[in-house]
Amino acid sequence: MTNTLHRFGDAESFHDDFVVFAIASKGKNEQGALPKLRRFLEMAVSFHPVNLGDAIHGGALRPCRKMNPTSHWDRDTKPDFQAVISGLDAPTTVAAVFDNRMAAEDFVKAVKDADLGLSVNVSTSIDGAEQCCYAAGIPRHSVGYSLGFEGKTEKLPDSKVMLLSTMCGHGMVSHSLAKKMIDWVKEGRRTPEQAAGYLTRFCSCGVFNPKRAERILEDVARGKSI
Amino acid sequence: MKINPDKCVACGNCTYVCPMGAIYIDPVIYRATINRDECVECYACYNGLSQEHLNPTFVRTVRKMFQMMRIRFDPEPDVCPTAAFEPDELTWPRVVRRAFSDPRVPHESTGVHGRGTEEVKTNDVSGRVQVGEVGFTIEFGRPGVGVRFRDIQQMCWALAKADVRFEKKNPVTSLMTDVAKGDIREDILEEKVLSAIVEIKVPVARTEEIIRLVWEVEKQLETVVALGVGTRCDEHGEDHVVGPILEKLGYQLDRAKTNIGLGRITNTAEPKPVQEPAAV
Repeated sequence: MTNTLHRFGDAESFHDDFVVFAIASKGKNEQGALPKLRRFLEMAVSFHPVNLGDAIHGGALRPCRKMNPTSHWDRDTKPDFQAVISGLDAPTTVAAVFDNRMAAEDFVKAVKDADLGLSVNVSTSIDGAEQCCYAAGIPRHSVGYSLGFEGKTEKLPDSKVMLLSTMCGHGMVSHSLAKKMIDWVKEGRRTPEQAAGYLTRFCSCGVFNPKRAERILEDVARGKSI
Repeated sequence: MKINPDKCVACGNCTYVCPMGAIYIDPVIYRATINRDECVECYACYNGLSQEHLNPTFVRTVRKMFQMMRIRFDPEPDVCPTAAFEPDELTWPRVVRRAFSDPRVPHESTGVHGRGTEEVKTNDVSGRVQVGEVGFTIEFGRPGVGVRFRDIQQMCWALAKADVRFEKKNPVTSLMTDVAKGDIREDILEEKVLSAIVEIKVPVARTEEIIRLVWEVEKQLETVVALGVGTRCDEHGEDHVVGPILEKLGYQLDRAKTNIGLGRITNTAEPKPVQEPAAV
């Protein structure tokens, strides 16, 4: 699973995008991992993440299976972190997303001190992750580089759409919906926050960064070149 | 996936959320319809759309009235107003589509949710990629293009010819009939999936050769390829080996997934693995 690795954008565009995730390894440390994974999520909350999730149940903003028609006028875009924590019922990958480096660094330090024994990864710009490690006094163990997209790239949409849709590495955020949200924000039909909320709900593991999406939508709507 | 025509009100919301663009409003029956050949069974429509349970007749009437008055109906874009999506009972070989496309379904071969394995994410406890080695993840179809197994097979053939070893605990490897040749079972070659990942490991000296091979094969494929290259850092947390090779090949290294080395083996039943000697 490389669901956070291949986000589209240059290193600068990840200044507000830090995904820290924990995973237990099958046959190595999955026994007794559930409370440790839950602890990881609980700890993350105090560092003000912008999303939190697990790979089975999804993120902190989820679709509703029985939506009340009146919610069209009062849609909740507030993430529910407690639902993610209490819903975790089996070992899987859990993730916390931050929109600033300081929070990510502090969280990494706290995770190191907690000594959970799980594998922890930071997915962001190479420099950003190095700085998180440096701040926590940890040498990097391994690194997985993203080399971007190749092959029939003429089948891909423009860069503005890609910046949004690739934030769900599982591909659950479609290019068409990302494009539609850009258009809606441009037309003033929805705010960047609302549009980011719609996109976030499609991410099935909680690694989508709604704050980065908001920033991108705002920039695109104002005609800023990206 | 199916759309119940008795429930569908042709609002069109689902046509935008399908990652493959496989849903359209059929102008004859005026209902959302799925192009089954293009659908990868990712369930983004079923899982991602919020569901209302409104009366279809009522919604159609309201929509018709609005349409007659040329009033733009502006509902929430991530809602199916009548919960019209109904999962299909998938059988072989179509079930392969879902296994590779719906991230909530774990692969039987790996037990991992998603299309790949743990790769360098757990390298601190698995020791999968050692100093002097490079782990490649070659992902096809992402983002939003999709891939058929016949395209993946082309890459597997080329890699097998180059005498690389495929990662055993990988969903694509588990579908090979001959791992030495890179043959994928024939009955799934036309199946389309949202994405699939081939994983290999080679000595660092072969990094450039493998990348050039991927460049050569990807020209012949009808899809996109995303390359991930994993390596073990030295004792100071530095990589002075693989990064420079990638940069020499013209890659701008912007993003990475960094394993910060906090994992340890805690299972009581599993003995600590013997450290493999570094490959050259």
